[in-house]
Amino acid sequence: MTTAMVDIRGVHKSFGRLEVLRGVDLRAEAGSVTVILGPSGSGKSTLLRAVNHLEKLDRGYVAIDGELIGYRRSGGKLYELKEREVLRQRTRLGFVFQNFNLFPHLTVLENLVEAPVSALGVPKTQARARALELLARVGLADKADSYPRRLSGGQQQRVAIARALALEPKVLLFDEPTSALDPELVGEVLDVIKDLATGGTTMIVVTHEIGFAREVADTVVFMDGGVVVEQGPPAEVLDHPQHERTRAFLSKVL
Amino acid sequence: MTVAAPEKHPPEKRPPERHLSEDHPSASTGDPASLPVVPARHPWRWLAGAAAVVVVAQFLHGLATNPGWDWPTFRAYLATDSILRAVGTTLQLTCYGTVLGFALGAVIAALRLSRSPILQTIAWTYIWAFRSIPLIVQLVFWFNLSYLYKRLGLGVPFGPTVWEFETMDVLGALGAAVLGLALHQAAYAAEIIRAGVISVDAGQLEAAAALGIPRLRQAWRIVLPQAMRGILPNAANEVISLFKGTSIVYVMAIGELFYQVQVVYGRTGRVVPLLMVATAWYVLLTTLLSVGQYYVERYFARGAERTPPPTPLQRARALVRQIQESRLSAPSGGSS
Repeated sequence: MTTAMVDIRGVHKSFGRLEVLRGVDLRAEAGSVTVILGPSGSGKSTLLRAVNHLEKLDRGYVAIDGELIGYRRSGGKLYELKEREVLRQRTRLGFVFQNFNLFPHLTVLENLVEAPVSALGVPKTQARARALELLARVGLADKADSYPRRLSGGQQQRVAIARALALEPKVLLFDEPTSALDPELVGEVLDVIKDLATGGTTMIVVTHEIGFAREVADTVVFMDGGVVVEQGPPAEVLDHPQHERTRAFLSKVL
Repeated sequence: MTVAAPEKHPPEKRPPERHLSEDHPSASTGDPASLPVVPARHPWRWLAGAAAVVVVAQFLHGLATNPGWDWPTFRAYLATDSILRAVGTTLQLTCYGTVLGFALGAVIAALRLSRSPILQTIAWTYIWAFRSIPLIVQLVFWFNLSYLYKRLGLGVPFGPTVWEFETMDVLGALGAAVLGLALHQAAYAAEIIRAGVISVDAGQLEAAAALGIPRLRQAWRIVLPQAMRGILPNAANEVISLFKGTSIVYVMAIGELFYQVQVVYGRTGRVVPLLMVATAWYVLLTTLLSVGQYYVERYFARGAERTPPPTPLQRARALVRQIQESRLSAPSGGSS
């Protein structure tokens, strides 16, 4: 078996006495699209945040392309990495938030240029050229000098996707990218994500958009109660779910 | 349905007339969209305004005619050398107090926001202590520091001293005043800066962290510019209050504005006009600070939800441009 691009093993995470993740295993091959479905409180967002170490793990590990995230293995122990090293690791992971989290005091272009320049040391002119390319790709080349709050929600999320891409990450993580959007704006964001999926970017997407999962996902993962209940190709999981909990969830959202 | 705000409904967006005439049969006599709008009248508002103007006029009349104000003396002393020097000292105290106070305040705020419980506790204790002691008590205390420590020295902690000096040589009256003002100001500045920082949405730091932006850069480029919006109004309050608060150092016989004014009226006995001299300077300089605040706040409002309204200067320029344009277009359609 080859090393997966994303390898999640036995991940546990508690917030106080609430156990949110109770031993999650998940693998995603390079270039694959994994869609995580599940009721709210099932731990899917926490899992995604654990992948780029926005949440520390209590047990288990996450590896990206064979490299442990947030820890260093030495002599049968996992040593927590310094923040500086974690930050360096995160530059290989793009994260798209539900609420966009664009920097409101920076223009769209400055939002895209900031991380490549300050985290990777890319020369400014090069970062700007790349940023303009990415903006064109998400259809917002004319908004480079706008401030984020002047844009619609859908446009803001497309900027956020371009910002994540600016670091040329190995894996893109989407945390409910369309949940904060008006219904008529969902399509434009999903179109951008679909476009990236066909372009061969490895992606993990937490979403409630079943149609999107069916169309784009290589693997659909259903989570509930902090564990993966079942996973497989969309045709199997969505149309012939094996577990009662999956069936109950799908009957509510379809 | 009314047409109270016609400018918000350009004609092409207005609902079709048919719709209106169904609701209001009376409107069928004419197109309501073209009817003139009569603004509501507010007679009581006008009456209250007139009454207020009378009171203000009476006060101004008193200022001008009451000989007690003694305006000639006011004019004579307003810009004398000794007063100007005192204004300089007041500005100097304000400047040092602000710069040192906010610099130290920023450090203390950073300590309080750090993840180290030891540093947090030290910062909390500092703020607690310096907010508890009245400024005037503190000033007199620093003034008398040499009573407690005749000599101060630098060296290895609990070890030999490398450099030693007489306390009063280094810490004169002005030094003690600056020290007291800055230490006092730092406690308040720290809380103001902290308030600004914690008011920034947590998602901003999360996004910066997710992008791998280095930690110092996160603070400097992402958090602080956004925190400034919350910090500035309070900080300006503090600077202005410190500026006037410097008058308290008169207890240390430092020749700042209030002390100097007292010296003069102690000699001449003309209390009121000299208090007015001090007042005029305090008001003038506070006005300058307020104007400065206005422009600094605008700078940090970049990208904010609401577009800031044009500045008075921009408005004046727009007016000039408008007049010029109307003059340019006038000759073609001019009748004279």
